[in-house]
Amino acid sequence: MRIRNAALAAGIAAALLAAAPASAKTFKYAFQGVLNTLEPYALNETFTLGTLGNVYEGLIWRDKDLKIHPALAESWEVLSPTKWRFHLRKGVKFHNGNDFNADDVVFSANRVRSKGSDLTNYLNADVKVTKVDDYTVDFELSGPNPILNYQWEFWYILDKEWTEEHDAVSVTSASDTSPNYAALHANGTGPYKVVSHEAGVKTVFEKNENYWGKVEGNADRVEFTPITQDATRVAALLSGEMDLVYPIPVQDIPRVDGNQGTRAMTGPELRTIFLGMDQRRDELLYSNVKGKNPFKDVRVRKAFYQAIDENAIVKKVMRGLATPSALMISPFLYDRAGEFKRYPYDPKASKALLAEAGYPDGFEVGMDCPTDRYVNDEAICQAVTAYLARVGIKVDLNAQPKAKYFAKILASGGYDTSFYLLGWTPSSFDAHNVLFSLMNCRDDSGAGSPFNNGGWCDEKVDDLTAKILVENDKTKRDEMIYEAFKKANDDVRYIPLHQQGLAWGVSDKVDVAQRADNVLSFRYVDVKE
Amino acid sequence: MLAFIIRRLLQAVLVMLAVALIAFTLFRFVGDPVNQMVGQDTTPAQRAELRESLGLNDPVPVQFARFIANAARFDFGRSYQFKQPVSDLIGSRLPATFELSFVSALFALLVGIPMGVYTGLNRTSILSKLFLTISLIGISLPTFFIGILLIFVFSVTLQWLPSFGRGEVVDLGVWTTGLLTVSGLKAIIMPAITLGLFQMTLIMRLVRSEMLEVIRADYIKFARARGLPDRIVHFRHALKNTLVPVITITGLQLGSIIAFAIITETVFQWPGMGLLFLQAVQNVDIPIMAAYLMLIAFVFVVINLIVDILYFVVDPRLRVERAVQS
Repeated sequence: MRIRNAALAAGIAAALLAAAPASAKTFKYAFQGVLNTLEPYALNETFTLGTLGNVYEGLIWRDKDLKIHPALAESWEVLSPTKWRFHLRKGVKFHNGNDFNADDVVFSANRVRSKGSDLTNYLNADVKVTKVDDYTVDFELSGPNPILNYQWEFWYILDKEWTEEHDAVSVTSASDTSPNYAALHANGTGPYKVVSHEAGVKTVFEKNENYWGKVEGNADRVEFTPITQDATRVAALLSGEMDLVYPIPVQDIPRVDGNQGTRAMTGPELRTIFLGMDQRRDELLYSNVKGKNPFKDVRVRKAFYQAIDENAIVKKVMRGLATPSALMISPFLYDRAGEFKRYPYDPKASKALLAEAGYPDGFEVGMDCPTDRYVNDEAICQAVTAYLARVGIKVDLNAQPKAKYFAKILASGGYDTSFYLLGWTPSSFDAHNVLFSLMNCRDDSGAGSPFNNGGWCDEKVDDLTAKILVENDKTKRDEMIYEAFKKANDDVRYIPLHQQGLAWGVSDKVDVAQRADNVLSFRYVDVKE
Repeated sequence: MLAFIIRRLLQAVLVMLAVALIAFTLFRFVGDPVNQMVGQDTTPAQRAELRESLGLNDPVPVQFARFIANAARFDFGRSYQFKQPVSDLIGSRLPATFELSFVSALFALLVGIPMGVYTGLNRTSILSKLFLTISLIGISLPTFFIGILLIFVFSVTLQWLPSFGRGEVVDLGVWTTGLLTVSGLKAIIMPAITLGLFQMTLIMRLVRSEMLEVIRADYIKFARARGLPDRIVHFRHALKNTLVPVITITGLQLGSIIAFAIITETVFQWPGMGLLFLQAVQNVDIPIMAAYLMLIAFVFVVINLIVDILYFVVDPRLRVERAVQS
C-alpha cells in the first residue's frame, strides 16, 4: 500500500512538473494524419518528412516560398556536368552533442539507398559519394542531372555514431522482426528536438538552444496531436484548445473566418487533380463498347474534356478553393505554364466530337474514384458523372476508400480501370517527375511510367523526358518541357481539372507560414502574447 | 464445477479460432496495405518486393496458420504503419479504453437506476415524462452525433470542457491514468456520457419495467399492509428484487461498451484501442486489426464465462439439473 502511494505521489508530482513551464511559448497544432514514425527514411510522404524537417536537416533547405537555401552544406559547386562538390557547414552539432562532418553525409548516402528505405529515388544507386576531407563531399554521377539536389531538403543527414551505437543502421521496415531505435527516437541537427513521441497520440518538440542558424519564429515548445475527425479538429480550434489545425474542410472556411479569434488561411497547393483514361487496352474493361477502345480516339478524349465545366466544379464543389488547371503541373513549378490554356467548356462541341467519332448516342463507361484521398474527391467525381451524362456518356461511378482504390487502379491491381481520378504532386518540385511518373510508356507490370495508369505511349515524349533529365541549360530544358507538355495536351492524354487548394485554421494568437506543399515549418511559428 | 469450467474454456478457444478465421477472411476485402506503406515514387517492383516480404502473397490458409501459431505465443507481429510491436501499441492504448468504459458503465448505473426507480414509482409525473423523453433521445440518436453535439455546446460555445484527448495523464508504470488530474477528469466527462448514454437508457427502462412488475407483487402489498414506510418498501424490498436482471445486463453490456468505444474514441480523439483500430482499418494495418479483434473476442469470452460461473453459483436449479444428469 505504501509503495503504491509513493508511486502515485511521484506520478502526480511528475504531472505537475510537466505542466509547470507554462510561461514558455507553447504552440499546439493538429493534423488529420498520424506521425507514424520518427525514422526519416521509412516513408516518402510529405507530412512525415515535413514534420521531421523541424528536427532533422538535409544539405539544403527550402524556405516558406520553397526557395532553396544552404543548410548543412554551406555551398556547392558543379565541377563538371557529372561531378558536384558540397562544402559542409562547420561547427554544427547533433542534438546529442556529436559533431556533424563528412562521414555522416557518406553514411546517410549509403543508408538512404539501403534496403528498406522508401527514399531510394532521392539519390540514384549509381552515384558515387566520396569524402574529400572532413567538410567536403563529392558526388559523382553517371550522367548529368541539373536537379540533383532539388529533393534533398527531405534527405536528412543522420549521425553515424548515434545510429551505429543504437543498432539502427538498417532502415526500419515493417518486415523487420526487431524494433528499430530510430523509429521512436530522433537525433538531428535541426532547430527543434523531440522530447516525447507516442505514435498516434502526441509528439512534443522543444527548441534546440544550440541551433547553428537563426530562426524567425519564437515557439519554445510545440505539441502535435493527430485529430482524425474533421468536426472535432475544427472544434478544437474554435474552442481555443489548438493554435492551428489542418486541413479544414472547405465548407467550414466561412465558419472559421467568422469565429472571433480564428482565421482560415488558404493558398494554392502543388497538387494537380486530373482524370485519366485507359488508352492501352484494345477493349475497355468497364464499358458497353465491345471490340474497340473509344479512348484510343483523340476526339472522344477531347469530347470528355469539353463536356466538363471545371469552373463550376471549382466554384460549387471546391467552394472556390482551387484553381482550374490547363497543365499537369502546378504553375509555381514551371515558368512557362502561363502559355497553356484549357479547352473551353462546350457541351455542343463535345456532342459533335462524339458523333464524329461514331458515338452519337454516347456510351457507358466505369469510373474509379477515391473517397478519402483528395479534397472532396468523391464530390468531384459525382459532378464529372453529371456533366458527362449531359452529352450522353453514362458513367458508372465506383467510389471507394483509398486503400481499396489504389489496390485496384495501380500496377499491383493490374491497372484495373478504364477511367479514373488521381492527384499528383511532383516530389522533386520539377516537371521531369511529372513526365517520368505519369507520361512515359510502360509495360503491363508498370516498368516505365508506373503511374501512367491509362498506359498511353508516345515515343516523342519519352525521348524528350530522357533529354530533359540531363540538360543543364535552363532555357533549352524549359523548351523541351514545353514541347512534351504541348504534345500531351494536344492529344488530350489527360484531363487536368484543378490545382487543389490548402486550407488551414489558425488562431489569431499565432502567425505561421503556409508552404505550398502543405508543410508546417516551426521556424515560422510566431506565438504572440 | 471444474468440469463445467473446463468445458466452457474449450468452447472459448473454439470461439476465438472462429473469430480469427472470420477476421482473416474479411481482411482480403479491406484493400492493399502496401500502397499505404510507401510514398508515391516507390516503383511497382519495390512494392511487389515489400508485399512478398510481408507474406501477403501467401494463400490465406498459410497466413492464417502463421497468425495462429504466433498468436498462441502472444506475438501479434509488428504494425505496418507504426513499425512497432502490436502488443506494445495495444498495451499502451488499453488503459485509456478501459478507463473510459469503466467510467461510462458507472455513469450508466448511477444515473440509470435512480431514474428507473423514479419513473417506475411516479408514472404520471412530469419529471418522469421528461426522463422518458431523454431516454428516447439516448436510444435513437447515433453516438457520433451526440458526441459532436456535446462538443459544440460544451467545448465550442461554453468552452467548459476539452473537445478532444485525455488531458494530462499520470504514468503509474504499467498503467496510465487520466483520473488523477483535473484536466484528465474534465476530458473524460463528455466521452463517458456519449458512450454510456445508450446503456443508461437501457438500464433505466429495464429498472422501470421491473419496478412496475414488482410493485404489483403480493409481497409488496403485504409489506405495505404491515405498515412499513414507503422508503423501505421501495428500496429494500422492491429495488433489490429488480436488480438481478440489471446485473446480468450490465455485465454483458460492459463487453459491448469496450467494443463500441470505437466511435466515441474517434469523435473525441480519445487515444484508446478503438481509435487505433479505426486508423488501422483506414490504412489496412492487418496486424493491429487482427490483434484488436482477438482481444475483443477474448473480453467477451471472459465476461460470458464469468456470467456462466455466477449463474452456476447463484442459481441452485442449474446445479441440481447437472447432478440429475450425471
